[in-house]
Amino acid sequence: MTHIDEAPQSTEPEKAVAPNQGRAKKLPTRDRATVITMVAIPLVLVLLLVWLPAMLSVVLSFGKWNGFGDLGTIEWVGVQNYKDIFTIYPAFWPAVKHNLIWLTFLFLLPTILGMLLAVVLDREMKGSRLYQTAFYMPVVLSLALIGFIWQLFYSRDQGLINQVFNSEVDWYGDPDINLWAVLVATAWRHTGYIMLIYLAGLKGVDASLREAAAVDGASEVKTFFHVIFPVMRPINMVVIVIVVIESLRAFDLVWVINKGRNGLEVIGALVAQNVIGEATRYGFGSALAVIMMLISSIFITIYLRTVFREERNR
Amino acid sequence: MLCILVGFCLQEAFVSRTTSTAIPRSTVATMAATRRNVLRGIGLSGLAVGGASLLAACGGDSGPATGSGATVKFGINEAEGSGPAYDRLKAIAAAYGKESDTEVKLNAVDHNTFQESINTYLQGTPDDVFTWFAGFRMAQFAEAGLISDVSDQWPIDGLNDSFKQAATAPDGKQYFVPVSYYPWALFYRKSIFEKNGWAPPESNNDFMELMKDMQGKGITPIAFGDKDGWPAMGTFDILNMRLNGFDYHMSLMAGEEKWDSDEVKGVFETWRTLLPYHQADPLGRTWQEAATSMGKGESGMYLLGTFVVDAIADQADDIDFFTFPELDSAIGADALDAPIDGFCVASAGKNQEAGKAMAKWLGSAAAADAGNAGADAPFIAANEGASTSSYNDLQKKSAEVVGAAANIAQFMDRDTNADFANTVMIPSIQAFLKDPDDIDGVTASIQEQAASIFG
Repeated sequence: MTHIDEAPQSTEPEKAVAPNQGRAKKLPTRDRATVITMVAIPLVLVLLLVWLPAMLSVVLSFGKWNGFGDLGTIEWVGVQNYKDIFTIYPAFWPAVKHNLIWLTFLFLLPTILGMLLAVVLDREMKGSRLYQTAFYMPVVLSLALIGFIWQLFYSRDQGLINQVFNSEVDWYGDPDINLWAVLVATAWRHTGYIMLIYLAGLKGVDASLREAAAVDGASEVKTFFHVIFPVMRPINMVVIVIVVIESLRAFDLVWVINKGRNGLEVIGALVAQNVIGEATRYGFGSALAVIMMLISSIFITIYLRTVFREERNR
Repeated sequence: MLCILVGFCLQEAFVSRTTSTAIPRSTVATMAATRRNVLRGIGLSGLAVGGASLLAACGGDSGPATGSGATVKFGINEAEGSGPAYDRLKAIAAAYGKESDTEVKLNAVDHNTFQESINTYLQGTPDDVFTWFAGFRMAQFAEAGLISDVSDQWPIDGLNDSFKQAATAPDGKQYFVPVSYYPWALFYRKSIFEKNGWAPPESNNDFMELMKDMQGKGITPIAFGDKDGWPAMGTFDILNMRLNGFDYHMSLMAGEEKWDSDEVKGVFETWRTLLPYHQADPLGRTWQEAATSMGKGESGMYLLGTFVVDAIADQADDIDFFTFPELDSAIGADALDAPIDGFCVASAGKNQEAGKAMAKWLGSAAAADAGNAGADAPFIAANEGASTSSYNDLQKKSAEVVGAAANIAQFMDRDTNADFANTVMIPSIQAFLKDPDDIDGVTASIQEQAASIFG
């Protein structure tokens, strides 16, 4: 989502406008107008709906404001909000840690599992469609609903898991366990998502590549790692971006479970706690949002650099 | 106007980034089940952005200010078809329309949406009269000039001094008209108490004896669930009021006392000694699940609001309650949490005069009677002149107990700054419940954050 937002900023001004002038002689006025309109409208929308609010958030993050009265009532406090976040806000560092755990976990388990499932299902085995549908099913559900479904399994007193195993584990309440319980629920959905994307990619791989590898006597595993996987590079890139974005915007599930508290702190939920609902710490919440934006930009920058380097090499 | 626009942009930015979901709070007390809550939240998350414009939906016509032919706009925090709460407000509005020959335009908004957009609502084009709560949040709006002084409408027949006090902002004027309330107390099942020969405790000694006896019989003395964060605030409130008194509690809530004081530490220490009598692992349990454990007889008592019966409707007739016993004879046991619901007049409302006239009527016995006659389940009317014939036993007793209380607090999340209650107190109390031995750490952290928020 966000990488799309940023892309036009760096490409459109030079790339879209420059060739435009060069081709101006060849293009009839009407076509030229069409092109300009097609570039200008999304650009204006992006600036207005993404960059303006983002910049306003940055501005607000230096103030203290509860939303009462006009903008004159904002008390400008400099970097106080950031200082508070880093020093006395107990939820912040756990949140950063949880986002990172989220990212690592998504990469290590559901992503790899999803790829594996895709490779297996790609072999056109019996009932492959059924499996495909079954694994993909959770993706259709919203994360909020998934949180609720898993609550039925995890509830300490009335949940299925504790009933079946006769245990008393407080799956959603124990701060040492609940993050992992939530990650399992996320994985349940994420695996199917990655599987589908990867499966689509695999179907697009030229069959002659496999044949050639087979003729050369390469084993299945070797064929995958040395032939198929490198060819799938664009899809791999998409998968990486999806995983990073998914883990940074981790929010819905923890919000449904306990509003992102008690072991489930993630940055997205902290922003919401402070600005949505009855608490109206707009300055403080904006500062958190800015921090989240900065962290995202690191990943986005890395991604964009890789993509552009590839384009240049082509 | 500009501020509203910016507020909108902000809200939009955050909502799109995070998918807002409605927040269940103590004030959503009448909601019976988490599931319904969640589903409702999902359905409404899409509405969150449009919520404020919904709230502001109104026409611009004008007629006579008051009396026959006048129009007054009435914003209520219950969506159409949301149950008895909506039915009561609708019946009240209709009754006022008939009585005063005023046209009452009802603007019904979902409970959570209403609360979450209250800032933009009041600063935009609000209705003349709207539903709200007593306490700090009312005072905060009064100070910001968002609600109108209705002290010229007071005293209101049948509303006693403690209600007047609850309707008064720090400037000494009234900005609120109460209509109903519900108390927080220790609920229990009569049949189970009878079977075991237990009686409501008169003193702290009795209380401790009772809990020990319960434990001996394999029953958890006190049901406890704090997954949503707010229910445990009720325990803090009552312990603080019993140990340090009502006045200290209120100034602590107002940010005038230090949170790392010996008094506050004392509250947490007493709480720690009581924790072994509570259900273990409260942070994964909703209040509905805790209530169910009392309903099943696995727990003996439960400290909650009267809405506890919503979760165990089957046993509703078997439920009784007593107030938390005295802990310090110098302090007594005459204070309790009893959140009051009522009405305010918006300063930006077009028809101030009609709004104030209506607000005064809304506090009357006639208004309460009209509301209770128009719904299946009655509320407990603030007005002492209101008919109690439709009350069940629990409500009759509630009315008695609250009537006898010398001081009424509104519950922590209504008595203090909402920012502080939601972003500091909920996580801090949960941190205490996780690690009850680190009282110094928890209170120090609360104080640091309180200093930053209260300034």
